[in-house]
Amino acid sequence: MTFDVARVRADFPILSREVNGHPLVYLDSANTSQKPAQVIKAMRLHNERHNGNVSRSVHTLGTEATSAYEDARGKVAAFVGATNPDEIVFTKNSTEAINLVAHSLGQHLALKPGDEIVISEMEHHSNIVPWQLLCERTGATLRWFGVTDEGRLAPDDTLINERTKIVSVVHMSNVLGTINDVSGIVARAHEVGALVMLDCSQSVPHLPVDVQTLGADFIAFTGHKMLGPTGIGVLWGRYGLLSVMPPFLAGGSMIETVTMNGTTYAPPPARFEAGTPPIAEAVGLGAAVDYLNALGMEAIHQHEQDITAYALKTLADVPGVRIFGPSTPEGRGGTLSFGVDGVHPHDVGQILDALGVEVRVGHHCAKPTCVRFGVPAMTRASFYLYTTTDEIDALARGLDQVRKVFG
Amino acid sequence: MMLDGLYQEIILDHYKHPHGRGLRDPFDGEAHHVNPTCGDEITVRVAAASGEFSDISYDGLGCSISQASASVLYELLSGRTASEAAGIHDAFVALMQGRGQVEPDEDVLGDGIAFAGVAKFPARVKCALLPWMAFQDAAARAGVDVSVAPEVKA
Repeated sequence: MTFDVARVRADFPILSREVNGHPLVYLDSANTSQKPAQVIKAMRLHNERHNGNVSRSVHTLGTEATSAYEDARGKVAAFVGATNPDEIVFTKNSTEAINLVAHSLGQHLALKPGDEIVISEMEHHSNIVPWQLLCERTGATLRWFGVTDEGRLAPDDTLINERTKIVSVVHMSNVLGTINDVSGIVARAHEVGALVMLDCSQSVPHLPVDVQTLGADFIAFTGHKMLGPTGIGVLWGRYGLLSVMPPFLAGGSMIETVTMNGTTYAPPPARFEAGTPPIAEAVGLGAAVDYLNALGMEAIHQHEQDITAYALKTLADVPGVRIFGPSTPEGRGGTLSFGVDGVHPHDVGQILDALGVEVRVGHHCAKPTCVRFGVPAMTRASFYLYTTTDEIDALARGLDQVRKVFG
Repeated sequence: MMLDGLYQEIILDHYKHPHGRGLRDPFDGEAHHVNPTCGDEITVRVAAASGEFSDISYDGLGCSISQASASVLYELLSGRTASEAAGIHDAFVALMQGRGQVEPDEDVLGDGIAFAGVAKFPARVKCALLPWMAFQDAAARAGVDVSVAPEVKA
């Protein structure tokens, strides 16, 4: 079956708009993806027909809303290969999912001075700062993998050792596009008794991800990068671990019983979903999963590989452009950061925007990655299932314009 | 094309050939400001012992707008008294926060009028103001108050 990108694009209403008098060329899906009509419609239908609060109402609307919310949990679980829907915790975003683990697992493991947490130099700030804070609270030490010139994790045989308690690394870099082969890290971590978290915010939307194959203990990802709405993220964790971890946020829905003298907690996932959850957002995310499944993640990944290969080749021919990260499509996804000689990324982004080409500029919430490559900021073009080779050509033409203005 | 308003030739000239760039001694106050959303950085030093800004020096990393703005600031405020500098500072901040509705006075702002177009790009107003806010802080540390401007909301 060939991937029909024109048919896919027809499902995304926003792709037909113009920006600054030019057809929209949306190359910022690593930041947030666009939503197909199917997702928008599912959320509207939920709000128009089935809105009620979940897990507490005996009335019909409450029952329908609860059933829709739990259906979405089941869809998300199946999407990442989780055998038990109760291993899926809905959060606000990936950031909250990582913070949840840093707090609750950190407390469960009773981290102390001498213990070590391992991350990497290519992490998003959301997979750095929660661990820095955990180290501050407990006296544990933060260590990290370096990054090679080619944008890969630098091997380090002694980094994960008997002092390591938690390893948390990114599955696919939001800056370099690198897809990390995490099997060795997971195996080594488990060998020394450490637990592994993977930030899958950029991988789950773009390639087939199966938690059984990955072998990690926790993964985090977010709805809005996978065609779903903002306001909903996902933590997957092994049930045996979630069930022994203390709560993170406290309030309604996460309790078993409350007296003025004390409280007992609900089992997961409710234990970690205090307060009214993002219900319509869960419905939207479920619809996004349906949409992705209908096309097939293998086919989506292949399409993005083709686009990435084309983009790498096209940008290599633009004078003064330097690509950060792997220079071939192998082991990398469709997120491409680059510099234009002598022009600040903000100026690159501004001129591209005037031509309707939407890219992200700045440090991409990954300042250490920028520092590793000796730049304060980068320009990033990121692709998805709706990206076309014509759009890559529009990017290249825009970069010619950049060189004209700043030449 | 709408970008003409943003990338005026004057701005590109100041970006490519900055005036007064580089940190110099002696100085009486220094401030380092960062734009956390984009990572642009600037350090501004002022020498103000004589009651006027006998030197303003700076160094930074950033986009054409922020770096050209620093060059224009140097041109406009060097050698000025505190009250003159405060008036010009006020006029520049007002221009930047005017959403494109403020008509700049060339007699006061000189090359700074080229930034009138920047005010129509809300995402870039912070870039233009970065050196000016750092200057205000550096002046305060040198004991000179140039903050007659209303509170900066950009």
